[in-house]
Amino acid sequence: MKLRGGSALRLASAKAWLHRGTFALLVGAAFALMVLGKADTPLIERARVTVVDALSPIMEGLARPIASVRQLYENARDFWSLREQNATLKAEQERLLQWQGVARQLQAENDALRDLLKLVPEPNATFVTARVVADNGGAFVRTLLVTAGLREGVRKGSAAMTGEGLVGRVAEVGEHSARVLLLSDINSRIPVAIERTRDQAIMAGDNSDNPRLLYLPHGIALVPGDRIVTSTAGGAFPPGLPIGIVRSIDDGVATVQLFVEWDRLEYLRLVDYKLPGVLQSGAGKLQ
Amino acid sequence: MTFSLFNRLDNWARNLSPFALTLLMLIIGTMPLHLPYFVPLGTGLAMISVYYWAIHRPGLLPAPAVFAIGLIGDLMGAAPLGVGTLLLLLVYAIALSQRRLFFGQPFLVVWWGFMMTGAGAMSLGWILSSIVGGGALDPRPTIFAYLMTLALYPALGDLFARAQRSFLRSA
Repeated sequence: MKLRGGSALRLASAKAWLHRGTFALLVGAAFALMVLGKADTPLIERARVTVVDALSPIMEGLARPIASVRQLYENARDFWSLREQNATLKAEQERLLQWQGVARQLQAENDALRDLLKLVPEPNATFVTARVVADNGGAFVRTLLVTAGLREGVRKGSAAMTGEGLVGRVAEVGEHSARVLLLSDINSRIPVAIERTRDQAIMAGDNSDNPRLLYLPHGIALVPGDRIVTSTAGGAFPPGLPIGIVRSIDDGVATVQLFVEWDRLEYLRLVDYKLPGVLQSGAGKLQ
Repeated sequence: MTFSLFNRLDNWARNLSPFALTLLMLIIGTMPLHLPYFVPLGTGLAMISVYYWAIHRPGLLPAPAVFAIGLIGDLMGAAPLGVGTLLLLLVYAIALSQRRLFFGQPFLVVWWGFMMTGAGAMSLGWILSSIVGGGALDPRPTIFAYLMTLALYPALGDLFARAQRSFLRSA
């Protein structure tokens, strides 16, 4: 009896050791994953793409009812402010008609000048619109998952836009899903230009809603409210996509107020500008 | 024969429920709810689930299962690769080691335990994400996510308790 109790105890302690060993192994594996993730190997990318492709139908199924409830609520709210909205829209339409005239005139002038200069025409951009099914704009990362992938013609490095401006770029593409790295993520580095002065800088995210401007030229006089647009440096984006305005300048650190409204992202336009960007490995072969 | 097979399947499905619920929390946590002032809480919600089941039914949520859930979350992009996995394992280990302290205690004590565990896990997550990201992250979203996770604990804890009563009464 005594012996049996002893062996049971030994068995229990052996089990505890086994548990502890498994646990240590798993913690070690988690650290190994961190290193692997940092190294950005194709293996990890493939694993990400596989998991997201497998889960995106589930997420889309769950997201639909939420979207319709929200739509109902917005419809009801809009109904109450119809008269007011109508007046605003009429005023805006008048103003936009004026701008349309100006735009047509400039387009004609631009065409004429291009003709004079024999400028090489840029390839036409193609785009797809995709629903946002997962938002990881949380504590540690800023990425989105959308329901369009290789099958729909999305390419790695495509620009993700809303009506307001640039949101981020496509970091990984699966068969029917893609992951968008947002401008506010700490891994996001975007070549930008200050529209007024044409000075170049890099806009870097730090997980807050307001990315910072790095590598600004010396002696540049930024003013809060200056518009920030994309620049062609690095070949990642066409010039002039709207990004945001300068929000504040403290001790030489300028932060940017982005045009995009984070809590209203439902659909994204993924635009492939067919640029030989630094992101698309083997892009030359594809074209 | 068929009855026993069905029984076994039924039992198996019931025993899987802690894992399935944790995975569901992870997915719901990353869904775009479009609520003002609401940030997605993928890893945070999974953390609540892991804490609860580690205290109440650790046998049904073994460490490798926690690892698998963390890995899926990280691959989905809820946290930098490995970081979310490590946080869930940490919460699991703390809850499991302090199980005797929390089991059968009033709700407030369990909640207080989660407050402490979550604070430790989120701080570590912030530090590790900063290291992996190569620069200090803005701490505000992390603090905000932590407070929101804390606020959601009572509701989710209650939900899990109900699930435990209805699925796992006999198991």
